[in-house]
Amino acid sequence: MSRLDLIQGNEACALGAIKAGVRFFAGYPITPSSEIAEIMARELPKCDGIFIQMEDEMGSLAAAIGARLAGKKAMTATSGPGFSLMQEHIGFAVMAETPVVVVNVMRGGPSTGLPTMPSQGDIMQARWGTHGDHPAIAFAPKDINETFWFTVEAVNTSEKMRMPVFVLMDEVLSHMREPMEIPDQVQTWEAPPIENPESPFLPFKEGTEAFAPVPIFGQGYRFHITGLTHRPDGFPTNDPNEIERKMLRFIKKMEILQSEILDKNPDMHYEKVELEDADVVIVAIGSVARVAQAAVEDLRSQDIKAGLLRPKVVWPFPEKPLKEIDGNVQAVFVAEMNQGQMVYEVERILKKTPVHKINQFNGMLMFPSKIVEAVKSTLR
Amino acid sequence: MHLQNERIEVLLSGRGGQGLLLAGLVLAYAAMKDDKRVVQSASYGPEARLGSSRSDVIISTRPIAYPKVISPNIVLLLSREAAKKYAPTIRGNAIVLYDSFTIHNPPKLKGNHIYPVPFTHIAIEKFGNPIVANMIALGFISKLTGIVSLKSLEEAIRERVKPGFVELDLMAMREGAKLAEKHEKEDP
Repeated sequence: MSRLDLIQGNEACALGAIKAGVRFFAGYPITPSSEIAEIMARELPKCDGIFIQMEDEMGSLAAAIGARLAGKKAMTATSGPGFSLMQEHIGFAVMAETPVVVVNVMRGGPSTGLPTMPSQGDIMQARWGTHGDHPAIAFAPKDINETFWFTVEAVNTSEKMRMPVFVLMDEVLSHMREPMEIPDQVQTWEAPPIENPESPFLPFKEGTEAFAPVPIFGQGYRFHITGLTHRPDGFPTNDPNEIERKMLRFIKKMEILQSEILDKNPDMHYEKVELEDADVVIVAIGSVARVAQAAVEDLRSQDIKAGLLRPKVVWPFPEKPLKEIDGNVQAVFVAEMNQGQMVYEVERILKKTPVHKINQFNGMLMFPSKIVEAVKSTLR
Repeated sequence: MHLQNERIEVLLSGRGGQGLLLAGLVLAYAAMKDDKRVVQSASYGPEARLGSSRSDVIISTRPIAYPKVISPNIVLLLSREAAKKYAPTIRGNAIVLYDSFTIHNPPKLKGNHIYPVPFTHIAIEKFGNPIVANMIALGFISKLTGIVSLKSLEEAIRERVKPGFVELDLMAMREGAKLAEKHEKEDP
């Protein structure tokens, strides 16, 4: 059973999280993400969940991490300024290998910037915002239906990979409404329980990088958690061999994500639109991908064979479909609502195809004509 | 004046507090009830009231890629500021409705079909509350253009408006539809 309703992006995100089993939300409301906190505050108590409004975003993520370590699936939601403040604890969640979902509804920045206007200025912050070598996973939905389902996937992926996962939305998506069929139930992934823990208990031993139990406090074993680089037993180390062993776990996680999840479900990683015979390819995510889609239709009507490659998961970046078109198309255009971030990734991957960037950063979603004109003036 | 376009772009504009976001939501919900594809979005400043406010509704028979208004087919202007701001973006062939009670000297409006209607005046005179100007306008637009059925619009008001305002909004909406009927007779 499902029900059809006209819902907002923020609503879809909150409902998706609850369906996926999130039962703890700590946050500090910030436009354009505030409705997520508002809905969580209203809905979580109805399903035995907990909502806390914290003193700031640092406290919010810290509380969410703590809740997950106490056994509840947890999430927080924010926008650019809050996402900056959360970077410290994002690193902690990576090091402590704790599942948690962080939703960032992107608005114009830097600083407090444009509270009510969209941007895609945090694509690189999602990848490199916290310090140190670390893996990153970020989903980028383009409509209401995807916002719901990608949030579900973000929760599941975070549980499977034992690490924080981001959902990158933007103001257009967060405040937009579209009809969607809201399912009664979704498929969730539950970490296996720890039965008969060995002594000493090794929560970070080899083989627990992904699809592994997430230790929970108060279950009868000694569990130490720290942001310091640690041994398999969770206690800090300065031993170069142990350090390397810990750091390699992050690489292993991403290898498992690629081979066990993304390679098996390329539809989850990216979408190809009219790429088979394309001469020019536009790369875009989120609401800008909808602009690109309209531009592709327009260009095709003018006999220009355009196609769209849309990362649905922007981190790790989908390299394979780009490598497949490299040298086989005339040009690639990267359209972004920022001064150019994802374009670096595309330039890094493409060796034989010229890459052009199309950027708009005035707080307004670009018109399809901007992409159409850029493509036509380059081909001319 | 019924529109046959595959994609219809509606721009509802005015000041914060005039209920344009609710109007957009109700219109979009009615379109959903009519089994149409629809996207509704809003843009507003940091202030909740008196700042400029607009709601975009795209209604289509095909999947909707671009989610906002590019060149509106239907424009509602409820404030002087909105008229000034959006009039230059209106292209020929658009249906433009403006509140002749609040906008005395409308800027030069392009568009072949211009309807000055004193929405706010009617709201105050008939219903004692300027807030229902939005619903009068929705009834007018829907009856005039057929973008959504009046039946779905009624259902949308019943399901999406706060319970205490449903009956008032329904009456206002029907008043708007009645006005549009009169206009249709005068200007077929």
